[in-house]
Amino acid sequence: MTQDTLNTASLEFHDVGEDIHDDAAPSGPIERRWDERKFSAKLVNPANRRKMSVIIVGTGLAGGAAAATLGEAGYHVKSFCYQDSPRRAHSIAAQGGINAAKNYRNDGDSIYRLFYDTVKGGDFRSRESNSYRLAQVSVNIIDQCVAQGVPFAREYGGLLDNRSFGGVQVSRTFYARGQTGQQLLIGAYQALERQIAAGTVEMHSRHEMLDLIMVPDADGTERARGIIARDLVTGEIETHTADAVVLCSGGYGNVYFLSTNAMGSNVTATWRAHRRGAYMGNPCYTQIHPTCIPVSGDYQSKLTLMSESLRNDGRIWVPKKAGDDRHPRDIPEDERDYYLERIYPAFGNLVPRDIASRAAKYQCDDGKGVGPGGLGVYLDFADAIERMGRKTVEAKYGNLFDMYARITGEDPYTEPMRIYPAVHYVMGGLWVDYDLQSNLTGLFVGGEANFSDQGANRLGASALMQGLADGYFVLPSTLPDYLSAGAVRARPDDHPRSSRPVRRSRSGSRSCCRSTGPARSTPSTASSATSCGSTAAWSAPRGPDQGHRHDPGPQERVLDQRQGHGRGPDLNQALERAGRRGRLLELGELMCIDALHRAESCGGHFRAESQTEDGEALRHDDQFAYVAAWSSGDEKPVLHKEPLEYEYVEMKARSYK
Amino acid sequence: MPDPPYRGRVSTTQLKRVPASRSTVAWKYAMAVSGLIMVGYLLLHMYGNLKVFAGKEAFDEYAHHLRTIGEPLLPHEGLLWIVRVVLLVSVVVHATAAVKLWRRNRTAAGISGGKRYHSKQGRTGIQRSYASFTLRWGGIVIALFIVYHLLHLTANVIHPGGASDSPYDRVVNGFEIWWVVLSYTIAMAAVGFHLWHGFWSAFTTLGQNHSSTRKASRWNYAAIAVSLIITIGFLLPPWSILLGLEG
Amino acid sequence: MRITVNVWRQKNADAKGSMVSYALDDVVEDMSFLEMLDVLNEQLTLAGEEPVAFDSDCREGICGSCGVVINGVPHGPEVTTTCQLHMRSFKDGDVIDIEPWRGAGFPIVKDLVVDRGAFDRIIAAGGYISVNTGSAPEANNLPVPKEDADHAFEAATCIGCGACVAACPNGSAMLFTAAKVTHLGLLPQGQPERESRVVSMVEQHDAEGFGSCTNIGECTAACPKGIPLDVISRLNRDLLGALAAGKA
Ligand SMILES: Cc1cc2nc3c(=O)[nH]c(=O)nc-3n(C[C@H](O)[C@H](O)[C@H](O)COP(=O)(O)OP(=O)(O)OC[C@H]3O[C@@H](n4cnc5c(N)ncnc54)[C@H](O)[C@@H]3O)c2cc1C
Ligand code: HEM
Ligand code: HEM
Ligand code: SF4
Ligand code: F3S
Ligand code: FES
Repeated sequence: MTQDTLNTASLEFHDVGEDIHDDAAPSGPIERRWDERKFSAKLVNPANRRKMSVIIVGTGLAGGAAAATLGEAGYHVKSFCYQDSPRRAHSIAAQGGINAAKNYRNDGDSIYRLFYDTVKGGDFRSRESNSYRLAQVSVNIIDQCVAQGVPFAREYGGLLDNRSFGGVQVSRTFYARGQTGQQLLIGAYQALERQIAAGTVEMHSRHEMLDLIMVPDADGTERARGIIARDLVTGEIETHTADAVVLCSGGYGNVYFLSTNAMGSNVTATWRAHRRGAYMGNPCYTQIHPTCIPVSGDYQSKLTLMSESLRNDGRIWVPKKAGDDRHPRDIPEDERDYYLERIYPAFGNLVPRDIASRAAKYQCDDGKGVGPGGLGVYLDFADAIERMGRKTVEAKYGNLFDMYARITGEDPYTEPMRIYPAVHYVMGGLWVDYDLQSNLTGLFVGGEANFSDQGANRLGASALMQGLADGYFVLPSTLPDYLSAGAVRARPDDHPRSSRPVRRSRSGSRSCCRSTGPARSTPSTASSATSCGSTAAWSAPRGPDQGHRHDPGPQERVLDQRQGHGRGPDLNQALERAGRRGRLLELGELMCIDALHRAESCGGHFRAESQTEDGEALRHDDQFAYVAAWSSGDEKPVLHKEPLEYEYVEMKARSYK
Repeated sequence: MPDPPYRGRVSTTQLKRVPASRSTVAWKYAMAVSGLIMVGYLLLHMYGNLKVFAGKEAFDEYAHHLRTIGEPLLPHEGLLWIVRVVLLVSVVVHATAAVKLWRRNRTAAGISGGKRYHSKQGRTGIQRSYASFTLRWGGIVIALFIVYHLLHLTANVIHPGGASDSPYDRVVNGFEIWWVVLSYTIAMAAVGFHLWHGFWSAFTTLGQNHSSTRKASRWNYAAIAVSLIITIGFLLPPWSILLGLEG
Repeated sequence: MRITVNVWRQKNADAKGSMVSYALDDVVEDMSFLEMLDVLNEQLTLAGEEPVAFDSDCREGICGSCGVVINGVPHGPEVTTTCQLHMRSFKDGDVIDIEPWRGAGFPIVKDLVVDRGAFDRIIAAGGYISVNTGSAPEANNLPVPKEDADHAFEAATCIGCGACVAACPNGSAMLFTAAKVTHLGLLPQGQPERESRVVSMVEQHDAEGFGSCTNIGECTAACPKGIPLDVISRLNRDLLGALAAGKA
């Protein structure tokens, strides 16, 4: 198929609307844009802040930091999360670290280099202005976190330690052993609790947002003015209103069969906003992490990530012969294929995530995979143990080895570990402008929930950075500008619109309650939402055939597959799961269409027909250098393109050979 | 503490706070200090008792001496009364705190119908010492013993084996009877267990533990030593007398 | 393997609960404990019964959502979280008792789900360093001795699961509270509020209805993150200091 036929083929599933642009970003020298934007933003008199309310959905790094900071500034914040405590948001699971352009190592790092690495790492599918700002505020994040008491790793001199992380040549990653996300989140959580005690933040935990409330103001402009949420304990469907709504509800990796996301991670908040008119940006961009523990059986509920740092000393291999089922220790050296070292002699086992993941998949497609179902490759520490001694390996990787042993029951000191890639992060999310405002007036989006800064691929340790940048620094600077414009006149509480979605949500819950079906969230019964488009990047760990099924099933079927059981209106976890799964299935359809329409490979998005001779992603900048922002449309999704321009970084092919 | 009905969590519920100076931790300081005072007394007391082995004269002299220390600076039995007051205060403080915390902790642990967890497994805990189970009932045994003991050897109210004005005779007369010795032995076992846990606990309560587990702490070993010394030290005289080993 | 589970079933906060027995026929060794409960729930749902409610989210041992008392021991026989416990720790024919955390500070919401809001309120009472966003000095201006930083980190790894309370015979939350007091109290940034913090947090701890600490040490033994016992002694020391300084 040629490019043209592919493009028109996808038109069967979508329409094309008008191009869009980011009007909020100032022009001028890139290093001054953020300062200029802050300077042009209108301020709010401290005395008036108390009267202005903001709903923030999500208490991860983005939402937690934003709620705490806006609370400190004196706004009235209403914060929501579905867990029993804000401290449990999914950000807590991040292991590796957080980037910042501090250049403490004096190894040539700078804001500009971090900016450059981010744009290049994103395979030239992110906005320059946003990426630059991200690099700029990265340094303030570290200051803020240290002041809060985040116990980052330190050197003997007492100063902060750094390590290097996939795909870059400088050491700029700050970390707290293998629990960086936890420590950063606890920092934000403590700041949040401090504001809760101070009375500026109202915390609604065990509340799940089900819908967005849009209300027209006096001039007829539709504004985001509230949310519908379910109190997960009482089952009550409630309306909450405010002067602005911020969604920091995280990523939707759970659209895949299995992922490393938390069980409850979902797309409901952003998807409902999308259904109310917000554009969904680049929904098909997904990141696959190469070093996860493979699936062991069909009861499995989720995948567990192991730090990428294992690739520093472990060697990855598969048997040369397909279907070789000998014990790994019985396979002699010359019958093993250390395929990464063979194909990428320069970077070897340390190639970027997308490349390592793809390579593993190819090996397994060829029948060389090891372990249950042939979905795994060996990560072998035998050489490392011989070279450094078991003691050193233990000191460096002990906790990871223990985790592996606990989950698999195998001893990684004597047997090679088995690893397989897994879905781990989504670059896609709600479209936002430079202010992090979506196309819906008054709806802001931060963290993994927006599409903004990572392009088509995210560098390691950059998601935590983005979450905190959005939460601590960007939203608290741009939201007041919106609020000060006097957005808020009519109180939305008495507007009839506020009650309509409530009714919708109520009947939704009721119909879920009625339909019966398996309650398990495990895949054997799960209607597989692995649907990244027939030609899109390979996806979930089920082998290519199921994984690539393009399945834009009719809505009815989706509804059928919602699995709600449990009758009472009270705590009903089956109902929660059913609702989440329903939204994910709807999203899956759009992801397929997005993947189908983007007839190029870029970053984590890989299409077999668009690759270089060496099998690397081949972009088509002439046709696809844009953000795909989707609106719902009446029948089909409508594509709006936001053209991407590069003034500072020259677009060229990534190479890691 | 009443359980507020669960209504989701809307904002910080400000429950009634008691000043930290009357917190559970503060009560524990009081227990620890009073307990340690009593430990100190017991060590001296045990030392005194061992003088039984030095014979009637020495022992009676010692008992007399206790009453005349500090004279004429202090009145007759002056020091003894100071000690008695300190001990009385300690025991009252200690017992009050014990009762108060005990009651609180029963509720706090969510015990209903006499049990907390229904499982019959795991009843002995993960690592806790046997002694830690005996604190409260052991404390009661000690309290009862103290009353009995004062009536017996101090106030000379009950006199198994025959009354006498000589403390030495009272001791020896008493301990020639097997059930007296048995009662003292039970009491001393209670004291031993109490201090096995209590001595370690008191120092931890006062902020002196620097180890990651009880077993790794030197206070744990100190506690075992102190409880052994006190138990054995106290039991030597009664058993020697009963077995006729005391000369 | 075949196992039998006795599960605490309780409809809601006000209902009376009881242990109910269920048989499971094909439990696989590689299953996690929660996956075993997933299978049970599927079985119950297909039989038209109400599934067992329990909390979990990350299933990686880090969010602190999960946690039940297994055979009388919080998080079960291994030192880890319930989600990281695997069925290979049990054997064919086992009878497993599964109950919620018990304690006045943790009212039961439903089945195995309890309300741990008290922990949030203890943190809100003072478990933070008061630094508004934007006012932080350059991070490397204040060196922290590596040893202190490492100890602070160790205490900061608490996941707020509540196993310490469930394990403590007194229903005390001292290990949790002291872990935070220790984390912040060891860092130079935490010094200005060190005394007021410990005072406030202890007051809130008590107000929530938790018990007092008798230094029994079951908390540390059950803690999936191995929070060391000396943090409690440190809290005691800090509070003593604060009281002596007349800060309460
Ligand atoms: C295993 C793993 C390891 C990782 N390691 C790293 C790393 O080393 N470095 C790095 O930079 N990044 C890492 N990442 C990525 C990074 O952790 C996430 O991208 C980031 O934490 C997302 O933060 P967030 O604030 O946007 O959302 P989250 O932390 O996901 O928070 C979402 C919040 O929204 C709430 N919420 C969601 N839906 C609703 C709803 N409908 N109603 C109410 N509330 C809702 C949730 O309760 C939660 O509080 C890792 C990710 C995973 C899965
Ligand atoms: C075998 C063990 C013990 C023996 C032989 C013993 C013996 C005695 C004797 C002889 C006296 C009277 C001393 C006098 O009046 O001069 C006495 C007093 C006393 N004993 Fe003991 N005792 C024993 C154990 C204990 C224990 C375990 C306790 C405390 C828990 C205790 C607490 C006291 C007290 C409080 C007094 C009163 C001191 C006073 O006169 O104020 N004794 N004991
Ligand atoms: C009057 C009878 C007594 C009772 C009812 C009693 C009860 C108790 C109880 C219940 C505890 C546990 C406290 C807690 O942590 O909640 C305790 C601790 C202790 N007891 Fe006693 N006790 C008694 C007598 C004694 C005596 C005679 C001594 C000393 C010889 C003693 C020494 C200690 C010590 C050192 C502790 C540890 C304090 C701490 O944990 O900080 N007790 N006691
Ligand atoms: S101290 Fe340990 S057991 Fe207690 S809440 Fe923290 S992690 Fe859980
Ligand atoms: S078990 Fe309880 S008594 Fe103290 S040492 Fe731990 S809190
Ligand atoms: S589910 Fe997160 S710790 Fe177990």
